[in-house]
Amino acid sequence: MTLSFLIYKIILVVIVFAVTLVVAMYSTYAERKVAAFLQDRIGPNRAGPFGILQPLADGIKMFMKEEVIPGASNKTLFIIGPSLVLLTACMTGVVIPWGSPLVIDGTVYPLQITDVNIGILYLFGVISLGVYGIMIGGWASNNKYSLLGAMRASSQMISYEVAMGLSIIALVMTTGTLSLGQIAEQQHGWHWNVFVQPLGFFIFIICAFAETNRAPFDLPECETELVGGYHTEYSSMKLGFFLFAEYINMFISSAVIATFYFGGYNMPFIERFVQDPNWLAILGVVFLFMKIVFFIFVFMWVRWTLPRFRYDQLMNLGLLFK
Amino acid sequence: MITTYLFYFLSFLAIMFALMVVFSKNPVHSVLYLVLTFFTIAGHYVLLNAQFLAAVHIIVYAGAIMVLFLFVIMLLNLNKETEPHKSVWLKASAAVASGLLLVVLVGSLKSAETIVATNAFDPNIGLIENLGKVLFSEFLLPFEVSSVLLLVAMVGAVMLGKKSIK
Repeated sequence: MTLSFLIYKIILVVIVFAVTLVVAMYSTYAERKVAAFLQDRIGPNRAGPFGILQPLADGIKMFMKEEVIPGASNKTLFIIGPSLVLLTACMTGVVIPWGSPLVIDGTVYPLQITDVNIGILYLFGVISLGVYGIMIGGWASNNKYSLLGAMRASSQMISYEVAMGLSIIALVMTTGTLSLGQIAEQQHGWHWNVFVQPLGFFIFIICAFAETNRAPFDLPECETELVGGYHTEYSSMKLGFFLFAEYINMFISSAVIATFYFGGYNMPFIERFVQDPNWLAILGVVFLFMKIVFFIFVFMWVRWTLPRFRYDQLMNLGLLFK
Repeated sequence: MITTYLFYFLSFLAIMFALMVVFSKNPVHSVLYLVLTFFTIAGHYVLLNAQFLAAVHIIVYAGAIMVLFLFVIMLLNLNKETEPHKSVWLKASAAVASGLLLVVLVGSLKSAETIVATNAFDPNIGLIENLGKVLFSEFLLPFEVSSVLLLVAMVGAVMLGKKSIK
């Protein structure tokens, strides 16, 4: 392991982390704009031109608010809860292949932080750990509504993990590998997995909605029944962490869907126009981000179109149709 | 060299968290320390280059089983008032029994011989391709038998979970 290799990896980690945060930040703005568009409104337009400084204003507002820690709560766990949620949300980005490798002066620079040979299992493990932050936060608040919200969130996430695991197993059987880098590589040209596994893709995207706790599966924070769900007692930036982690999860889920089923950084027929492998790699990153933005839009589109499920309907959908 | 230090560090953490599981007053804290113990053990698997085992260990224990533990303990809402009070005789007999167990364990460890590794450690043995090949050739029968066992457990769980059998 040479020093330059280490420095390259550190730079890549910092870039991926920064891009994840920036995309998540602007997803909050995009969500409000998409909601406004679907409801025939204008949306945020005061902070900066077209309101593009709105996420910054929101962030400053979150930081400046008074921080309230309930007296009867378990203080350590109350702080650990939102931190864990954000940590697990940021951990998944390391195995996603953002582009084909760059070759500069004969040295290969892969645009993936690490291509572990158990990439899918790593992803699955981190997703299954995401439950802890919500459960700990909900329980430590010492509030009935928070506890109920946490219970809903965790039971929903556990039950949809099963269906997600089954759809991933179907994918692994067709691709024959657990490494995300190889899965993206195999989908060169038109060999996208979605044409081989349309049902698997459908199940996976439904489970992704459930795992990110977004509408139509946002029962854990159902306002009409549970005040605010598992983050009822949270204020200031701790609440911000919970809300922000949802957008990071959405970004990562979109990246995973694009990599698993929609060819990752591959785009058909691009070799006819561009031959240089380095330009292809850079274009690949652009194509991947185009796919990711499309899926983030789908997430928002569904949220502002479909009503919320009832809780028993949700569990029936998750556990009986298998 | 660095792996040796990591081994001692992880072992220290594993033992410390395991002790915290026993000594913490709050059952929720116990469960969370147990989760951390599982993480350190997964770290040991990674040091042995058995990444598949480490990932499965995290998914199954930390991701599924401990979540259910946490679920039950949080819903039961255990605290000082609801704790069942045991008589002094029960406590004394428990102390004697566990003391005897300690004596037996120490005695058996004292007379045990140190095991010498017969064949050199193959760093690739834990990788998923090699593991799959070994499972489907050398250990095919135990593998299939355990799959039948899991199927039986699954059918049993579904039968018990049903409300009424028509």
